[in-house]
Amino acid sequence: MLKEGQYRNPSGCAVSAVIDRSGKPMSGRRMIDSIAVMHERSNGLGGGFAGYGIYPDHKELYAFHLFFDDRLTRKNTEEYILRHFEIAYSSEIQTRKLPTVTDEPIIWRYFLAPLPRKLADSHLDEREYVARCVNFINARIGGAYVFSSGKNMGVFKGVGYPEDIGEFYRLDEYEGYSWTCHGRYPTNTPGWWGGAHPFGLLDCTIVHNGEISSYDANRRYIEMFGYKCTLRTDTEVMAYIIDYLVRKMGLTLREVAKVMAPSFWKTIATKSEEEQREEIFLRKAFPSLLVTGPFSVVVGYEGGIMALNDRLKLRSTVCAEKGDLAFVASEESAIRRIEPQLDKVWAPAGGEPVVFELHDKEASK
Amino acid sequence: MKVRYILPAFEVLRDESKCVNCRLCERECANGVHSFDSERGRMIANDAKCVDCHRCVCTCPTGALKIAETKDVYRSNANWSRAAIDEIYRQAESGGVLLSSMGNPDTYPEFWNRLLINASQVTNPPIDPLREPMETQVRLGSGRVKIERDENGRLKTALPPQLELQVPVMFSAMSYGSVSYNVHAALARAAKELGIYYNTGEGGLHRDLYGYGDHTIVQVASGRFGVFREYLDAAAAIEIKMGQGAKPGIGGHLPAAKITPAVARTRMIPEGSDAISPAPHHDIYSIEDLRQLVMSVKEATGCRKPVIVKVAAVHNIEAIASGIARSGADVIAIDGFRGGTGAAPTRIRDNVGIPVELALARVDDRLREEGVRDNVSIVVGGSIRSSADMLKAIALGADACYIGTAALISLGCHLCRSCHTGICNWGIATQIPDLVARLDPDEGARRLVNLVTAWKHELEEMMGCMGINSVEALRGNRLMLRGIGMTESELRLLGVKPAGESM
Amino acid sequence: MKINANGYTAKKLNIMIGRSNDESIEIEGVIGQRYIGTALSGKILEIEGAPGNALGAFLDGAKIELFGNAQEATGDTMNAGEIVIHGNAGDATGYAMRGGEIFIEGDVGYRCGIHMKAYRGNSPAIVIGGKAGSFLGEYQAGGTIVVLGDGRAGGAVAGYFCGTGMHGGEIWLRSQDAPAALPEQVKTERVKGVPSNVEMLIKKWCAKFGKEAINYTGDEFLKLSPDDANPYKRLYTPN
Repeated sequence: MLKEGQYRNPSGCAVSAVIDRSGKPMSGRRMIDSIAVMHERSNGLGGGFAGYGIYPDHKELYAFHLFFDDRLTRKNTEEYILRHFEIAYSSEIQTRKLPTVTDEPIIWRYFLAPLPRKLADSHLDEREYVARCVNFINARIGGAYVFSSGKNMGVFKGVGYPEDIGEFYRLDEYEGYSWTCHGRYPTNTPGWWGGAHPFGLLDCTIVHNGEISSYDANRRYIEMFGYKCTLRTDTEVMAYIIDYLVRKMGLTLREVAKVMAPSFWKTIATKSEEEQREEIFLRKAFPSLLVTGPFSVVVGYEGGIMALNDRLKLRSTVCAEKGDLAFVASEESAIRRIEPQLDKVWAPAGGEPVVFELHDKEASK
Repeated sequence: MKVRYILPAFEVLRDESKCVNCRLCERECANGVHSFDSERGRMIANDAKCVDCHRCVCTCPTGALKIAETKDVYRSNANWSRAAIDEIYRQAESGGVLLSSMGNPDTYPEFWNRLLINASQVTNPPIDPLREPMETQVRLGSGRVKIERDENGRLKTALPPQLELQVPVMFSAMSYGSVSYNVHAALARAAKELGIYYNTGEGGLHRDLYGYGDHTIVQVASGRFGVFREYLDAAAAIEIKMGQGAKPGIGGHLPAAKITPAVARTRMIPEGSDAISPAPHHDIYSIEDLRQLVMSVKEATGCRKPVIVKVAAVHNIEAIASGIARSGADVIAIDGFRGGTGAAPTRIRDNVGIPVELALARVDDRLREEGVRDNVSIVVGGSIRSSADMLKAIALGADACYIGTAALISLGCHLCRSCHTGICNWGIATQIPDLVARLDPDEGARRLVNLVTAWKHELEEMMGCMGINSVEALRGNRLMLRGIGMTESELRLLGVKPAGESM
Repeated sequence: MKINANGYTAKKLNIMIGRSNDESIEIEGVIGQRYIGTALSGKILEIEGAPGNALGAFLDGAKIELFGNAQEATGDTMNAGEIVIHGNAGDATGYAMRGGEIFIEGDVGYRCGIHMKAYRGNSPAIVIGGKAGSFLGEYQAGGTIVVLGDGRAGGAVAGYFCGTGMHGGEIWLRSQDAPAALPEQVKTERVKGVPSNVEMLIKKWCAKFGKEAINYTGDEFLKLSPDDANPYKRLYTPN
């Protein structure tokens, strides 16, 4: 069977996300309940979650989650990991057997610290060093796949309905200040768990609903900068775009939104001088990172979440607030399910980023 | 006894029942095909002089005329075509190098027609361009930026100079001298109205057209005709012409007969003397020398204008483009082997160079592999015949297209390929005042504006059907293309999948 | 104004030159900066050192005096003005110039004066004190090139293929020996003494480099000129 990445697999989807801006942890149960409402938007062929602030005891360490096809691959991969990291702690991820979730790979978790000497010799900053190790494993070690690699956060995903995947990973036993989640409706039958969403690189994760028509223009551009789009999914290419613009170029997320979903030139012309100056620059500077076609994404990162729609708003997104809690979902019902009484509910405009961050971002570190 | 070796290729067919002997055809044909036989009281034609430009057919008020290919045949021979035989007769007679005009007409394979375009169905929506916004603007120039902020954290927004086009198409270089003043005037007016650019070619910029400078690309070619400070200052961008698709590796040669006083003044050369462009720029014998000319042009214009380097599509185009992308140039223009010309040696036109589709795909790949695609924009020309060709070029990786032949056809050119004779009954490739006057620059501009506007609508339709509403998202989007009837290696070189293969 | 070029890029130098209110600017310590004085008008530059290529490209009326050797493409596409070089000049000096004058004390490299052309009242001129390399005046379409061969005992003062493709203008060689491999369309004349326009150029050259014009102007020269302004008209046949 062809793995995800050997073909392109357009998907429709459901997304949901929540953050408690006071930084108070909440159980993954809430996300499971929320996404379950949108069961109809998935087809049982992919679901996943990202939780932030879930590993407070190991928050200085990179938490790698890996899929292995077999034990031998795990052994080989661990040899590679040991050459680049100190393994502070590792174990198989505890799961719950469910009749609806089958054919799971071997799933392990490692808490890692880069070997100081290796890191120094690489002349890379630490995050780039870690990112390259992740890329190496994913591109070069067949049968192994790193699907989560940030600090104090984790991705949990697989083939199945998202609520089942949540139960499978026992997410009710994890607590985090923010959660994002995804239910997938792929048009092919992916047999491989790595193809499910969220897609993550370091602490940045992305869940996405839609199929972008600019895919190959975006992919061929971003691959100039050392990224390799091995999964060939929209989510992957968008994650790389965000990583490139934020981590390598130094843009803010709001500026990233103006690159990926810029206003039409005609609209820009009606804006204030300062907005025009900035938006025209960003469009001119990164024309190949304009993303067209329907998309609604939720980006999770350390200390916050961002929601963004394509500029024609071809996919639905609803945002809501209740005290310190903030929500994003494909449908309002998914929010109401977990917080019936809301202070504010609104549908953001196409191309208008909505960012919810911890009141005290430092506290998340 | 005088033997004619070469027989007329065309026959002028006159319907005697329709002809009213108005003698308009006689006045319209500067080749002297038509005349009135007063003895017999009717029009007659000298087929040998006919170049099949169709001027007489198009102007005949009663529709009495047709031009047909001659029914006279040489003994058929799959190896020796009539053209091949006639060319030998010509050379045996004259001892000359065969000279031809316009683009390579031979039966080489071409690839635009073997590329098919994608459309959205179900998994994402097509967009209706009549009601939803659709962006066809593009910017040409170096896009290489560093993100920097001022002390207040605001983005610094300085960018290298760029050209802004409302439609990703420009009128390619055609020099005043090879074409008439009225052609230039029509191109300039249309470019201004369309929000695009026309290119002067290497023959300088006529004084009267300086007002269109904001929509003018001026060329610096090896002969440096008409190149001086005001010329450079007047333009929106400067193109250094290294080569031309119709005649890669050779220079130009405008015979004295075409050098009227106005042409001489514009080229800044004496009247009556040939205008010869050397094959190379004699200050450029290597890639670092190109950088020297690029930078000196930039210095001469205060680094305020983008510099384009135009090269012909040749075997080693990838490496050449890679060098240009590092030369300080802002735009690379690639001209394919089907590109037109006012005159080129037949053998060069028909045998040298490669198709622009392949050159474009490889250059775009190479620049991306080397991480320098942002340094430059890519403009391609050399037989872009329709908006579909244009769209496919952009999906292969071009930022915009140059059209020359298509623009001339819209002005009336019937591709008779006789430009090198200096006689053009459509007033295009000629300097003969009576003929030039046949082309009204306002009417010409109107037709050019119509052509490009129609292409813009078609581009919007095709982009919409694939769910794209901005040219940026089409550029290099090769998944939107599929190849049909191509070999494996052609598909590999173009970087597209075969039709029928899924995403 | 006086500028020490040490550490400045060519771009910076040109900006400083452009912004200066002084008509006359001295630049010392030049080492390798290209494009100095590009498209400049209305100023006088005195340069000391070793400037890079394309000195005075597109020059538009300014005067440049260099104390040192010039590299390649000096006065490229020059429109008007004057360049004086107290030393030698490299290849393609005065390429496509259509106005102004270049005076070189010493030798020039290959392809000097290539494609220079006259235009209305403009007639460009290059005077070379020493000898010229091959392809002198290639494609020349107008203007005057004078080679004085100063300090040479005899022999040709220009290299091979002098005047190839020449279809206008004149080349004056102060020598009795024609350069090797002269093309067919170039005719040669032996002339004792030079006409007034050439004499004027030689006098100007002498004044700049402290020589006596009388030592040159009366000598025997070879005058090269094209015998046809359309050298290629028989080459082609319409197809």
